[in-house]
Amino acid sequence: MTRQIRKQLPRENSDPRREVSLTVNGEAVTRRVSTRLLLSDFLRHELGLTGTHVGCEHGVCGCCTVTLDGAAARSCLTLAVQADGATIRTIEGVAPSADVLHPVQQAFHECHALQCGFCTPGFIVSVVSFFEENENPDLSEDAIREALSGNLCRCTGYQNIVLAVRRAHELMSTAKEA
Amino acid sequence: MKPPLFDYVTPESVEEAVAARAAEEDSVLLAGGQSLLATLNFRISNPALLIDISRIPSLRGIDVNDSEIIVRAMVRQREVELSEAVHQANPLVREVLQNVAHTVVRNRGTVAGSIAHADAAAELPAMLLATEGSVDVQGPGGKRSIAAGDLFQFHLTTSLADDEMIIAVRIPVMPPATGWSYMEFARRHGDYALAGICALVTFDGDGRCTMARLAACGIASTAVRLASAEEELTGGLLDEAAIARAAKAARDAVTAVDDSQASTAYRRHLVDTLTRRTLIQAKGRAA
Repeated sequence: MTRQIRKQLPRENSDPRREVSLTVNGEAVTRRVSTRLLLSDFLRHELGLTGTHVGCEHGVCGCCTVTLDGAAARSCLTLAVQADGATIRTIEGVAPSADVLHPVQQAFHECHALQCGFCTPGFIVSVVSFFEENENPDLSEDAIREALSGNLCRCTGYQNIVLAVRRAHELMSTAKEA
Repeated sequence: MKPPLFDYVTPESVEEAVAARAAEEDSVLLAGGQSLLATLNFRISNPALLIDISRIPSLRGIDVNDSEIIVRAMVRQREVELSEAVHQANPLVREVLQNVAHTVVRNRGTVAGSIAHADAAAELPAMLLATEGSVDVQGPGGKRSIAAGDLFQFHLTTSLADDEMIIAVRIPVMPPATGWSYMEFARRHGDYALAGICALVTFDGDGRCTMARLAACGIASTAVRLASAEEELTGGLLDEAAIARAAKAARDAVTAVDDSQASTAYRRHLVDTLTRRTLIQAKGRAA
């Protein structure tokens, strides 16, 4: 499958472009982009949403996780052109307002679930998505670690992240009862 | 890294997709992209044209009937994993899918895409072999069916012609009085397995094994059926001695050479252990 010498360059021109229209954090955007532009780079470079971090660029680290039509997805394993017509939420779209943190963000803050913070946007989006998918989530150590397993953190050792997931559930349950 | 330059088309029918494939030899089909995008980012693939099949309405949806589960080509792995109808028809499917990468990847990756990609270490090709499933493919000349046993030829290589595409994957329902198990060993959860074993065993009223099917991933240049291990089990009682003979026979299927992950000898050890464990679990579930 490795091809050293290209038979031909793409035909239309050297950098084929397509128009994409999508909804990002509630806002409709249309851009004309290179077909090879990754969704992660689209969010960061075209829209300036630099909260989506780019770690490994091959789907292993989870830093670039966003939700795409409601389900968590790797934005580095998605082309911007594939997201045409889609609804995206990035870390910038997680908090309900500029002054109020999402319960998952609040829990990460309270539990000290981050150190350098590079992986945190991906963790937050994954955890938010985990709670949205599971109304009555299994909060055993194993289930939480399974839910977090697609995100790598090189600082914390995960202990406080696991605690933060439980704390986030407490915060959301309290909010629901109030 | 970033992907190389390519043209990109979004056909709206299978016919259009097949025509695009036939017109450009140096093209590749894009479904969920969870393997393809990584190879593009690494620049280990460099196609002139990407044919995105995600906008083709006829490739959506799962059908379950009395004999099989039909998963069309754009159905995401996660949808199959969560489908209760699929789980009722064949509980092996969910068990295997839960070992495929992570939830976030399964949200995008497709069952058909993983099978078409034919990674020798991937779980789904082994599942298709063990269940004796098949794929429906379509090319310029029309449709045909390829049995799982005739599909996988080498690393990342299937028997599909260059201008054919998988339009659906067919997984037979679980036969009666049958137990199942999938287990794998990976260095980290979600990584490709160093070895994985899929087992199906069917019993008659006297507790004799009337059918045993074993398939493995991660141990050869394709997913493989473990025929000689199956022979040790069929017709017998699946007692400790039979399981030990099967595990010993399964070891010989390992042809992967020593690599940075594991030695051949270690993979043989894993296959032996996983074969025992899956057979014991499958036997228990059949009861």
